[in-house]
Amino acid sequence: MSVSQTLLTIGLVMLGTLITRYLAFLLFPAGRSTPPYVQYLGKVLPAAVLGMLVIYCYKGVSLGGPLHGPPECLAGAVVVLLQFWKKNLFLSLLAGTGLYMLLLALL
Amino acid sequence: MRKETLERAARAALPVTLPILAGFLFVGIAYGIFMRSLGFSAWYPILMSILIFAGSMQFVAGNLLTQPFDPLNALLLTLLVNARHMFYGIAMLEKYQNLGPKRWYLMFGLCDETFSVNVSAEVPEGVDRGWFYFFVTLFDNFYWILGTTLGALFGSFLTFDTQGILFVMTALFLVIFSNQWMRDSNHIPALVGLGISFLALMLCGADRFIPISMLGILLCLTVLRPYLEKEGRI
Repeated sequence: MSVSQTLLTIGLVMLGTLITRYLAFLLFPAGRSTPPYVQYLGKVLPAAVLGMLVIYCYKGVSLGGPLHGPPECLAGAVVVLLQFWKKNLFLSLLAGTGLYMLLLALL
Repeated sequence: MRKETLERAARAALPVTLPILAGFLFVGIAYGIFMRSLGFSAWYPILMSILIFAGSMQFVAGNLLTQPFDPLNALLLTLLVNARHMFYGIAMLEKYQNLGPKRWYLMFGLCDETFSVNVSAEVPEGVDRGWFYFFVTLFDNFYWILGTTLGALFGSFLTFDTQGILFVMTALFLVIFSNQWMRDSNHIPALVGLGISFLALMLCGADRFIPISMLGILLCLTVLRPYLEKEGRI
């Protein structure tokens, strides 16, 4: 690729990203009434999409193996339990990440 | 605009972005090193992090740049990889509307991490909501460019293992998901998101499960709409 082709490709990746981020806001601008169906989606999508992001984080993890569930799952369970129990962001993150690094070092 | 308003919003936003600082520094450094290893000068990854600001797509774009010129493919692939951002937009419509000109920057910076923090944030009392969102977006954006720059310029001097620390991003998403769960009175949307995405991952594999998940989630939530909207279940 020449320099101009490289820059054009970068520009197109930027354009594609901008389209995906601006589309909803351009289709349903402020001031005009948003269709009820889209309002409904706005209410239920946050929880659903956060669920999708959790799965997204685990997409590279292979289930099974000798440990019956890799370190990612064990450390992840600790994060969720701690967050439900103590509701402290940093405690959950530190304990989970610390445990994960420990497991990686030990296994 | 009063200076105190900005200061208070920045102070409230900074601590919630610290986990992202850790994650973005490491991923950004990895990205800078990755691009240098493909033979690009330091300017390319830095420029891309400023212009694109989409982590996984930038890694894909790095590979694209080493292949023959194919503009249409570059655009379509970006739309596919980043399709999930359209859902973020719909979820943030109400929150980001009516925030003045800064909303255009908020939309630009709507990456996975910024979305998950802002969509679930309980903005403290006395803090301006719009400027809180703004500073979360700005800090995250800055961390990403900083990480990329460090990796691109000094990556060759670094020899540490980043595998373990990257779990902080997974942990962050788990915490945010848990918080959302505790706040929701109805857990069906969350379960739909988890369940459909898990099914799609098992059936379609890691490379293409996101668009399938999105369609499945949309379908399920549409079918469930009469049930969920009845008697104010959501």
